[in-house]
Amino acid sequence: MSVTNIIITGIGGQGVLKAAGIIADAAFRCGFKVKQSELHGMSQRGGTVSSDVRFGREVFSPMVPGGEVDFLVVFAPGQVEVNRPQLRAGGGLIAPDAVDATKLTTKQSFNVALLGVLSRQVDIPEPFWLDAIRAAFPEKTHAANFQAFALGRNGAVAA
Amino acid sequence: MIDSNNKLLSGNEAIALAAYHAGVALGTGYPGTPSTEILESFSALGGRAQWAPNEKVAAEVALGAAFSGARALVTMKHVGLNVAADPLFTATYTGCDGALVIVSADDPGMASSQNEQDNRRYALAAGVPMLEPADAQEAYDFTAAAIELSERWKTPVLLRMVTRVCHSKEVVTSRPLPPPPAAPNFEHNFKARVMIPAYARPAHRRLRAKLSDIAAWNEQCDLNRVIEGDSALGIITSSAAYPHAREAAPTASFLKLGLTYPLPMEKIRAFAATVKRCIVIEEGDPYLTEAICAAGIPVETKPEIYRFGELNVARVRRILAGDTSPELAPVGGMPPQLCPGCWYGHIFDVLKKLDCLVAGDIGCYTLGALPPWEVMDAVVCMGASVGVGLGMRHVLPPEQAQRVVSVIGDSTFVHSGMTGLAEMVYNPPPTGHVVIILDNSATAMTGFQEHAGTGRTMEHEQTGKISFEDLGRALGIKNVHVTDPSRDTAPFEKLLKDSLTNNQLNLIILRRPCLLIVGKIKGYERANAQGCSQVQAA
Repeated sequence: MSVTNIIITGIGGQGVLKAAGIIADAAFRCGFKVKQSELHGMSQRGGTVSSDVRFGREVFSPMVPGGEVDFLVVFAPGQVEVNRPQLRAGGGLIAPDAVDATKLTTKQSFNVALLGVLSRQVDIPEPFWLDAIRAAFPEKTHAANFQAFALGRNGAVAA
Repeated sequence: MIDSNNKLLSGNEAIALAAYHAGVALGTGYPGTPSTEILESFSALGGRAQWAPNEKVAAEVALGAAFSGARALVTMKHVGLNVAADPLFTATYTGCDGALVIVSADDPGMASSQNEQDNRRYALAAGVPMLEPADAQEAYDFTAAAIELSERWKTPVLLRMVTRVCHSKEVVTSRPLPPPPAAPNFEHNFKARVMIPAYARPAHRRLRAKLSDIAAWNEQCDLNRVIEGDSALGIITSSAAYPHAREAAPTASFLKLGLTYPLPMEKIRAFAATVKRCIVIEEGDPYLTEAICAAGIPVETKPEIYRFGELNVARVRRILAGDTSPELAPVGGMPPQLCPGCWYGHIFDVLKKLDCLVAGDIGCYTLGALPPWEVMDAVVCMGASVGVGLGMRHVLPPEQAQRVVSVIGDSTFVHSGMTGLAEMVYNPPPTGHVVIILDNSATAMTGFQEHAGTGRTMEHEQTGKISFEDLGRALGIKNVHVTDPSRDTAPFEKLLKDSLTNNQLNLIILRRPCLLIVGKIKGYERANAQGCSQVQAA
């Protein structure tokens, strides 16, 4: 019955919803029940964008209950402290400095690099992640996104 | 595991897919968060979808399609149904021959709306059967059920969504849906569709009889489910509140309602009798609670503090525990703001400098209400800027009246600003008035949807285009100005200063496409020009 609870948060334009969609798709491909919830609408005006992803054998609410977050993935440095209280005791924080952004082929794939960091800590095998990334982007950006994912997965700065 | 019948979809995408599978002939609506993606997805699937100038027109177009035997879908955000309420309240009298599914996407918590009205009240008030999906799978299934109900009972059906169902994704299993029973065809039926009093009186009686039949049918239908659990606690719930409640009280018994107007009151009575403690968990207004209590069924309800905002698992736990202690403030995010470089900022600077009293409207420019500008003095609903500004001009002393200006965006002007101009021409205030249309060539706030002022369809193809300046002149407005203020606002500032005090009617159109869309617009225009030359060559 255990559910994995993830919150991804950042600023409009950072690819928060894209990243959430990739996690949800990877979990779905892996055979889990998945729910993903997001609030958007005015996000293009630079407001905060946040998405909840939950997966497991059975998931009811699409929103992670406060204080029960297993993994908090934060794209914007200014968002780390305000969101930290949502983590459960012992939950994992993946902050923007978990990846050396200067090593990315393209800056746009920073979101995928942070997913690489996350991927080491959740119960979804790598091929499902790669399939989900492939499905999420046009072919010409696949190489850059795979590079970003590998950078996060293999070369992450220890938290 | 992954096959084409199982897809990760949002509630909005699931409605579109069901509509597409059911052969809906026409989808129409007006964009508005959280409803916008329904028609966009329906169009992307290959369905015939179009943006209407506003929700009233959309509902009327859909009703005409349904009068003609087709399956029709009309989508809007909750406040849009206020605009479409006029046709709605009489469409329940006329009924329809095909199917008419009206989607109202409510926004409890006001993620991006001016109020959190609970549109379940409309079902009761208009006498329209209502389905409330709790997740994306139900959004698919209930869209199919709404079409079936609409055709079976010859009535419009309200599919009432909420933000959390619209924008939450899960794996949705689709299935082949029965095709429309017949091709569109119109038969005269004056007594059914011409709502003069003599025909409307029996129509109202027919409506009440129909609702009574649907209520009886609802007692047995599988749109409402009992989940058996511990008899100590029974929860009656619907919509987005259901999954939160299942998680908050995993061992409780549940009556999960799907068809929530007209309610299956005997089913509710029987369920309540099987449990020791029976509580209604619903988001927003106590709609279910009031009806159930009025039927003499003893149920508990949530404390008043939970009427406000969305529910979630933690809040449902508190409701069950009777906890009314102050709630923790949600995690503070950054409010939306104007994009860097947006020319609206320069306009706000001028309005502030001239100390204008601004009747504002709904769109990106509403952000002028926030610091550093704080130039919007009133923002109420779509199109209200023109009327509110005129009302202020009528009664204020001249020195204040001459500072009043109405500010409205291009899409909002098309939605409901045009009738405001008619009012201005017909009942001009003694000091005249100034209406500014901020024309950034898109419905920008909701994601750059096209509208009748852009001259492109939902799919960005060329179509008829309304010229605001020609319209203003045709209405009899003497001073109509069109200018691009983005490089230098000094000429605009002078123009506005003169207009405010010239005691005449002034329409100032400030036109410059939004920076975020200008490249795309060029692409659309190129594609359309190519399309035209190909047609000419053929």
